[in-house]
Amino acid sequence: MTTGTARVPRTPGNKGGGGPAPVPPGPGAPPQAAARGRIRPVRRHLPASPWLFLAPGLLIVGGFSLYPFLSTVVNSFTDARTLIAGQYVGGANYQELIHDAMFWTGLRNSLLYVLGVVPLLVILPLLLALLVQGRIPGITFFRAAFYTPVVASVVVVGLIWVWLLDDRGLINAVLEAVGFGKVGFLSDPWLLLFSAMAVTVWKGLGYYMIIYLAALANVPRELHEACAVDGAGALRRFWTVTVPAVRSTMVLVAALSSVGAFKVFSEVYLMAGPTGGPGGEDTTLVMLVQQVGTGLNGRVGYASALSVVVFVITLGLMLLVLRANRKEDA
Amino acid sequence: MSATAEQERRAAPDGGGRVRRRRSGRRTPVWQWVLRYLLLLAVLALTVGPFLWQLSTSLKGAGEDIYRYPPSLVPHEATLDNYAGVAKIIPVWDFALNSLKVAVANVLTNCLGAALAGYALARMRFRGRKAALVVFLMAMLVPVESIMIAQFVTMRELQLNNTLIGVLLPACIGAMNVLLMRNAFAALPYEVEEAAFVDGANAWQRFLRIALPSVKGTLAVVAIFAFMGAWDDFLWPLIVLSDQSKFTLTIGLNFLHGTFANNQRLVAAGTVIAVLPLIVLFACLQRFFFRGVGEGAVKG
Repeated sequence: MTTGTARVPRTPGNKGGGGPAPVPPGPGAPPQAAARGRIRPVRRHLPASPWLFLAPGLLIVGGFSLYPFLSTVVNSFTDARTLIAGQYVGGANYQELIHDAMFWTGLRNSLLYVLGVVPLLVILPLLLALLVQGRIPGITFFRAAFYTPVVASVVVVGLIWVWLLDDRGLINAVLEAVGFGKVGFLSDPWLLLFSAMAVTVWKGLGYYMIIYLAALANVPRELHEACAVDGAGALRRFWTVTVPAVRSTMVLVAALSSVGAFKVFSEVYLMAGPTGGPGGEDTTLVMLVQQVGTGLNGRVGYASALSVVVFVITLGLMLLVLRANRKEDA
Repeated sequence: MSATAEQERRAAPDGGGRVRRRRSGRRTPVWQWVLRYLLLLAVLALTVGPFLWQLSTSLKGAGEDIYRYPPSLVPHEATLDNYAGVAKIIPVWDFALNSLKVAVANVLTNCLGAALAGYALARMRFRGRKAALVVFLMAMLVPVESIMIAQFVTMRELQLNNTLIGVLLPACIGAMNVLLMRNAFAALPYEVEEAAFVDGANAWQRFLRIALPSVKGTLAVVAIFAFMGAWDDFLWPLIVLSDQSKFTLTIGLNFLHGTFANNQRLVAAGTVIAVLPLIVLFACLQRFFFRGVGEGAVKG
């Protein structure tokens, strides 16, 4: 976003920002001279042209993102079902939510997912990026290979690991052979949740590795050299040069991965089953939304209340991470 | 760059002969090289190994014990029986065709829709441009997971539930793609279009003939991520589709897994069918995949 907004062409009228809509310069008063040298959009078109260009995009985004968002908020105060438009019920859905044990289970699992996945996805891809940076023979092959899990569908990835972690799968066969005994990766509710986290981390490694790789390319080599001359070891250089240089990228990765982790659905759905394992012990919040709200008799009202919670927490996580960043800056 | 490194290497008094110079000019002992490649190979085994194991399982015939220890990665008698077998149980090729239809349509709508909107936002001046930009920015903040129930209800009202159009529609012009295209257009030199205007080209002609050919790189990124997004998507198709004949591959695989979980060979064959096209695509168009991560992440 930063690079994007920097390029927003500014007219003299809205230079200060802050104000509401900029005053559109009348056709008779071209501010050409004032804006000389700036990138300015072409103004030579029919008045309707921009809206014709924008129409498909605005229609889709408005109709399938913003309108559903508003109707989610509205529905969360009704008792709507899939086939029945609901009545206004005030905060009843939110009250029910507080007393719903499944909601707390889902919230706990989703938040645990964030706690388990985010630290690993902030650190491991950075180490991986350090491993694959630079030009050494064959490195592009390794980079591409490490990225493969990102390209695969989460369903494919989930099923691959279901087979690997199966009671009779490869990993248990090896564990048994070395005398460790079988581990119920997919039967114990807690182990299952952790296994799902591991799969999420495995699938995300390559993606964040590429982000870090771009950041590392911008770290001036002289810093490393100066540090090495001063006698700092590799570990020391990592902490004093690399980490500070990519810190803003770490915050970005933390924001992206925490939002992704909180909304986890597919990994747990595939590994624990549609109902989240025995007793729904592994249900995540988004799984709950899907269970409650879909189907012919879906409780749209209650699912909407759950969705609002998902939205608020997602946004909160993003703000939290960005704020943590700002504090460190100060 | 490589030339200077070469000169440095030659100029430096070579110590043991068994040392290499890094670009930084420091010597890297051999053991560090060995360690680095060993680490690389270990991570390679960890990231690609599971795929190979799945491929291997899918190629093992009914006569071969897939639970055997020690495990063997290479099938004794490789066979394609499981691929024929999975096609007998579920119409896996129809599912693949459905996925392909949605993915290709998603590429076309995203490229065209995002380019049009991005061009207007970057290159035209009109009342409400900022408001339009804000609409796209806000849409990017709304997670799909928190609006899918409302989308589901909307689809029912539009009678598009259980259709491929219903699968396609919500993501067919992504807000982020619009912003990507906007940035690409904004980065183009302005004078060319000015000249085209002087030559009498109207907005549509300037867009189609001048601006669009200059942003092919970004367009490719949008196309690839649109394809991958549609091909890999799971949650939304799961909600919209209920009729087996409309299933996409990911939903079909989930069904296969739920119904025939015990037959690992068939499930493995199904997953290979689902993942192979994307791996081939990735192998061919690698740099666009990597560029997309960079550009997308900056905007995220």
